[in-house]
Amino acid sequence: MKRRSVLLGGAAMGASLTLGARAALAQDGPLKIGFIYVGPIGDGGWTFQHDQGRLAMMEALGDKVETVYQESVPEGADSERVMTQMVLEGAKLIFTTSFGYMDPTVNVAAKFPDVKFEHATGYKTADNLATYDARFYEGRAVIGTIAGRMTKSNKIGYIGSFPIPEVIQGINSSFLHAKKVNPAVEMSVVWAYTWFDPAKEADAAKALIEQGVDVILQHTDSTAPHAEAQKTPGVFTFGQASDMAAYAPSPRIASIIDNWSPYYIKRAQAVLDGTWTTGRSWGGMKEGEVVIGTITEAVPAEVKAEAEAMIAAITAGTYHPFTGPINKQDGSVWLAEGVVATDEELSGLNFYVEGLTGEIPS
Amino acid sequence: MFGGIDPSVLIASLMVASVPILLAAIGELVVEKAGVLNLGVEGMMIIGAVVGFIVAVETGNPLLGFLGGLLGGAALALIFALLTQVLLANQVATGLALTLFGLGLSSLLGQGYVGIKPPFTGSVPFGPLTDIPVLGTILFDHDWVVYLSIGMIAAVWAVLTHTRLGLVLRAVGESAEAAHALGYKVTRIRILAILFGGGMAGLGGAYISLVRVPQWTDGITSGAGWIALAIVVFASWRPWRVLIGAYLFGGITVLQLNLQAAGARIPVEYLSMSPYLITILVLVIMSAGRGRASLAAPAALGQNFHASR
Repeated sequence: MKRRSVLLGGAAMGASLTLGARAALAQDGPLKIGFIYVGPIGDGGWTFQHDQGRLAMMEALGDKVETVYQESVPEGADSERVMTQMVLEGAKLIFTTSFGYMDPTVNVAAKFPDVKFEHATGYKTADNLATYDARFYEGRAVIGTIAGRMTKSNKIGYIGSFPIPEVIQGINSSFLHAKKVNPAVEMSVVWAYTWFDPAKEADAAKALIEQGVDVILQHTDSTAPHAEAQKTPGVFTFGQASDMAAYAPSPRIASIIDNWSPYYIKRAQAVLDGTWTTGRSWGGMKEGEVVIGTITEAVPAEVKAEAEAMIAAITAGTYHPFTGPINKQDGSVWLAEGVVATDEELSGLNFYVEGLTGEIPS
Repeated sequence: MFGGIDPSVLIASLMVASVPILLAAIGELVVEKAGVLNLGVEGMMIIGAVVGFIVAVETGNPLLGFLGGLLGGAALALIFALLTQVLLANQVATGLALTLFGLGLSSLLGQGYVGIKPPFTGSVPFGPLTDIPVLGTILFDHDWVVYLSIGMIAAVWAVLTHTRLGLVLRAVGESAEAAHALGYKVTRIRILAILFGGGMAGLGGAYISLVRVPQWTDGITSGAGWIALAIVVFASWRPWRVLIGAYLFGGITVLQLNLQAAGARIPVEYLSMSPYLITILVLVIMSAGRGRASLAAPAALGQNFHASR
């Protein structure tokens, strides 16, 4: 046992020596930055936006950086191999852009202490591993408000991806704000257990429409729910991650756009300057990371004005979507009058708020 | 209404949801009946999806789109046929390579077609028949491909069991040597079967990109081809069981989403698991009965044939 660990240590040392030599060589060239994508760039949603961020970064930093990326990397052990490969090719900063890459990123980061890692939407950090996320729930509050105003059947649907805090924040935030403007509203949540599966997302949208839902919010990344909604007049949808403007002005009546460009530029610049430190970034509307896309003419002017007022309040920092009084699903008090949820509470959110039916799958 | 779900609407949507896997599976059934194992169904489907989409968008005619999808799938199958029937490459490896190639090529071909809407494929006008309660929704409110897919099952069944052509095809799949000795062109028959399988898979793929989703995105088939392969085994190579299998798999997907939307209290995990549990159960029952023969796998499945042997 002991002998084996000595051997392993030796191997690791050998590896780091080789890497050290490579690193020294690479110093002269541009900073090589790797991106691990969960879907294809052509998904028109989540991965597309990360790639837009990458392109914006290349634009801003010019020949000081060069990038490599890998699309459709499965979340799990495979991703470790892809990351390792990128490091061996000389990448000094690697963005892993999906929640499921959390543990693989932690493992690879531990092996290569001189490479910087950035993991999107996770909660594990290390000296060379930072996390970044966007306050999507701020955007959800705005589209929840629009959804509550636009529904005629008083049934809105939510296509969930995986039951993780980010998605539960989204469900709670949109439901709270729909309920605020329309007390009769009900929300059906369908878990698709995928980030990107156009056929399944279309089926989920269809199932919701068959249940009488006329406004669909989605937390999955393809435009398939829009295409499905288009078949039934009077059903509205919201773009997710990307603008999805191809389906405007209806069914797509607004969208939540993830804008990663400011963050990617900032972090790459920090590595170039040698000022990069680990941390947890959670930018929102104020930082320009969450943007609401064009609200189309299908939305009445007063509803649009209401949504824009909320955008302004959130951007200015005068309104937080999770401000009490808010009760948990079982009726117990979560946030008392005027109390604002802390980031810690939100990043571990695992319960529905009062009024939502159904259970969160474990 | 049953637990907030309208059964006729549910049945109607499971019929639509099952069309791609149904078409791909019936095509693969014919291929395997001829003794060829083509694991490239996923690749042929996605090529059908992208080619069908491109043709439909460029011509504005969904019918031509479906034809394009069919030809696209068949063209990819032709590569498989050349490699395995002429050059005698290993069928399993070639099939897997075909899937990878198809996924990559479709992504390349589809580059300029992301975010575009294809022309609309409407329901077949049945006039007043559509308004019959329950039956109208289930039977008379679909696009033509739904009817075609069921027709294909019936046609394949009829050909396999009631015609000389079917007999020859099965002979080739059971014992290529014997069929060859009788003077049948084994390689030619197998190539034609492979082309049919590719065409059906391509048609199924085109249905995904033109009707079911309707749009093009990379990886749009997301594993439907593999389900089709499983259905062929599940169906123990019998056409009508392919229909049952496809509706079961398609139905469970639709049912579990509908149950969720209706707020049913059944855990999602059990429903997602059920088609696979049923597959295992069926396989166990069938193989326990009368041995391998009752599985009805063609005896020469996956074995290459050359007249010199």
